[in-house]
Order: sequence, then C-alpha cells, then structure tokens
Amino acid sequence: MSLIRVRNVKKQYKNGVTALYDVDLDINKGEFVFVIGSTGCGKSTLIKMLYREEKPTSGSINVGGVEVAKLRNGKVYKVRRKIGVVFQDFKLLNRANVYENVAFALEIFGLPKTEIHARVLKVLDLVGLKNKARHYPTELSGGEQQRVAIARAIINEPKLLLCDEPTGNLDKTTSMEIMNVLLEINKLGTTIIMVTHDTGIVAKLNKRVILLDAGRVLKDYVEGEYKHEVL
Amino acid sequence: MKFFRILGRNIRDSFRSVFRNFALSMASISCITITLIVVAVAIILSYNVNSFATNVEKDVTIVTFLDVDITPEEKDDVEDQINNLDYIETYRYESKTQIAEEMMKSSEVFTNIMKDWDEKDSPIQSTFLVKVTNIDLIGEVAQKISAIENVSAVKYGEGMVEQLVSVFEIIKKVSIGTVIALILVTAFLISNTIKITIFSRKREIEIMRLVGASNINIKIPFIFEGLFLGILGAIIPIIATVYGYLSLYKQFSGQLFSPFIKLISPEPFVFLISGVLIVIGIAVGMFGSWRAVRKHLNI
Repeated sequence: MSLIRVRNVKKQYKNGVTALYDVDLDINKGEFVFVIGSTGCGKSTLIKMLYREEKPTSGSINVGGVEVAKLRNGKVYKVRRKIGVVFQDFKLLNRANVYENVAFALEIFGLPKTEIHARVLKVLDLVGLKNKARHYPTELSGGEQQRVAIARAIINEPKLLLCDEPTGNLDKTTSMEIMNVLLEINKLGTTIIMVTHDTGIVAKLNKRVILLDAGRVLKDYVEGEYKHEVL
Repeated sequence: MKFFRILGRNIRDSFRSVFRNFALSMASISCITITLIVVAVAIILSYNVNSFATNVEKDVTIVTFLDVDITPEEKDDVEDQINNLDYIETYRYESKTQIAEEMMKSSEVFTNIMKDWDEKDSPIQSTFLVKVTNIDLIGEVAQKISAIENVSAVKYGEGMVEQLVSVFEIIKKVSIGTVIALILVTAFLISNTIKITIFSRKREIEIMRLVGASNINIKIPFIFEGLFLGILGAIIPIIATVYGYLSLYKQFSGQLFSPFIKLISPEPFVFLISGVLIVIGIAVGMFGSWRAVRKHLNI
C-alpha cells in the first residue's frame, strides 16, 4: 500500500516556467527516499506539492488517502498535521528557546501542559538535545538548530517527514549526524522523503533514489542501485 | 478544556505582541485614547444639551392674553376651544386678580400702584398658560389660539425657541459627525498597526501553517491584539470621564452658569459613558485588526 501516489502531475508557474512534466510516483509506507537532481529540476516543487504549499496545474497527488491537489486553502491544515517538514534554513523562532520552539507545534492544538512537556522532552532526547532545552537558537550550532527543526517536525508523530535540503548549510560531519537522526526516525516507522544535492550522503546510505531532470523523473533507483551506478 | 487552553494561549500571545511592538502599539493606543476622549466629551455634551433642551421644552408656555373686558361666559368659551385643540398637554387659568396679587407680592412698587385697582379698572389681562405636547408645533398651536374670539394676544418667546431648538440640533449633528470621523481614522490606524504586526510575524505565521494550525488558529491572536489595543486605549478616557465629570459637577454644583442649565447627575451617567467607551474601544480595535487580517493574511 503506497503512502504517496502521484499521477500525471504537471506544474506550470504563473510566469510560464514549467517545473514538472507528467510525473508519476509511488512511495510506500516506511520508505526512505532521496530526491536528487540539478538546481531547477523541480525537486523543491515536488516537495512543496506534497505538503500542499503549491498546487499542481494538472494531475493528482494522494498523500495518506487525502487528495491534496483538490484541498481547499482553508482545509490544508488537516494534511499538514500528518506531515512534518524540515528546511535548509531551519525556520526557527529566534526569540523562543529550544523547548518553546518544539512545544509551539503542540500548543496551537491546545494540548495540556503536562503532555506537551513529556512529549517535547521525549523528542528532544531522540534528536540528542535534551540538555539544550533552555538554549536559544542563536546559541546553537547549525547542526543543533536543524535537530531542533527536526524535533518540531516530528513532535506530532507524522506519518511522513519531508526534508528540503536539510544538510544544505552543514559541514560533512554535522550532515552525517543529521542523517543518523533521520535514519533513527525512519526506523520508528516514519516515511521520509529528502531532497538533497549531497550525492556523497546519497551514495553512502543505500536508499531508494529518484533522479529528476528538467521536470521529469529521469530514473528511479531501488535501494543499493544508485551506489552501484555511481561507483 | 482544549478550547480554553487554545484561547488562553491566544490571549497570552496577543498580549505579548502588544508589548513586543511597543512603539507601534502606543501609537494606536494613543489614537484610541484621543478618539475616546472626544467621544466622551461629545456624549457628555450632547446628553447635557439634550436634557437641557428637554427641560426648556417642558417649560415653554404659550401665554394666552384674554380681552380686558371678557365676561365669565366668554372666558369659559375660550377655555372650551383651547381644550378642544390638538397637541395641548396642560393649561391653567390665571385671573387678573391672581396676577395682580402675585405682582404685588413681588415688589412694593407694584403694591403701591395696584392696591387701589378693582376688578373692572384693572388693565391686567387674565391669561391661559398653555403647554404643548410637541415643541416643534408650538407656533402652529399659538396661531390657532390667537384666532379664538376674545383672545387679544399670545406670547411664547417666538423665534427664540425655534433658534434654540435648531442650535441643539446643530450641536448634536456636529458631535456625531466628529465622533464618526475619529472612529474611522482610529480603525484605520489600528489596521495599520496589525498589518505591521502581521509582517513582523511572517515567520511565525509560516511555521504555524507548516505544523498544521488552522486559519482561525492563526488569525485569532491578531484579532485579540486589536481587542487589547482597544481596551488599553479606553483606560485613560474612562478615568478622565469619571473623575472629570464628577469634579465638573461638584465645581458647578450641578448647574452651568444659571439654575436654568442643569447638568445631568453623574451617577449612573459616567458609568454608562464608561461602558460605551470600552465597547467602542473594543469594537474599533477588533474591526481594525479584522480588516488588516482579511487584507494581509492571505492563507
């Protein structure tokens, strides 16, 4: 049973640029998928359409049984609650500390304080930041900030975690640390789709790889296949 | 419970936001304060003018002078005709003897002149004092009375009453106009404050959307912020109204310049105005922020 089903998706922006042509994709529950390709090949557009930041011009996108392409703006939050998103620039609130940044995602749903506390500490433990809960983002390294962003993305226990170049701003060692956190989350059953330029990481991790080129799926490598081809 | 927790969080965030954008909030609060002070002055003025006008209207009387040599039968006839007219509230008869007695009571000069007059010699005319139900129709009624046989003249302060009524109308209209204009300006200013708040919180809004906050969830804190600005802006005007009007009332012992112009008693008047001010403050604040949210929060 696939968690994501993309059929004949085309995306043309208002300025006339076509980002994606006739994309078909199936991603199963629990998979870890890399999406790679050169700049402007449509990677980010694809991710944006999965969490319904963008709407496809034509075609259908089904995420966890919800037809996201047809979702009205007012109902988008329903699908967002099932999806976690992580970005290259972390998107943290600098005036709030680590704990508050993560708790923020639960507070807006009106959860009791005790439950928020327990869940935030649990997830901070998972990303290895339990001892920095009272620090502010500006006091953290890039890798630590990204881990806060990951903690916030998974606090609602989403079925799907979308990562848009999460290691783009980080050095190799830190990138690997982040990858280890993501692999850990994947092991717990969360499906992960990660857009990246870092082919070194992709080759190392032996996961499914979707290669996009000029808005089309050029190749869909099964686990291990990409490494084999690159090496 | 969940609802109250979300509400609590929204209120907390809105309150924080008021102080985070302190300079901007102060601009809006000052604007609301000034508007509400003007509103308070306008209300105090127009209510007092209204009450004064009502008192004046109550006191305006048509004095109907009867012919000097009128017979009792003719007097009864005039009384019947007045009684049959429309818009008559009350009327009272004063005979020439009664009038003479009253005049003599008021001054010795009158007593010296009038003491020897008897009923027939007296040049004083008996009168009917007529009050009408509607001050606007006083001219019409006076005209009808003057047309009655054996009525020699009618007096009701012609011209003066009409002028007074029209001055009251102008004061009322000007104060209502000023209040409406000021309210609109304030709503616009609040709308601007909230617009800047929205821009300064773009990142937060983006994150809220990402983690699945509903539109209402995102919009409500801004509406609350407008509400707080309204309440904070109403504090000074309320204090100024309560203490200002109380001390004004005491200073002038409840009347302005003459016993003729009575001020409205401060209680419950000032509390009613305070209520009106806070309601206007909240309404203007919420309307302003709702306008900004609708225009600038495209989600």
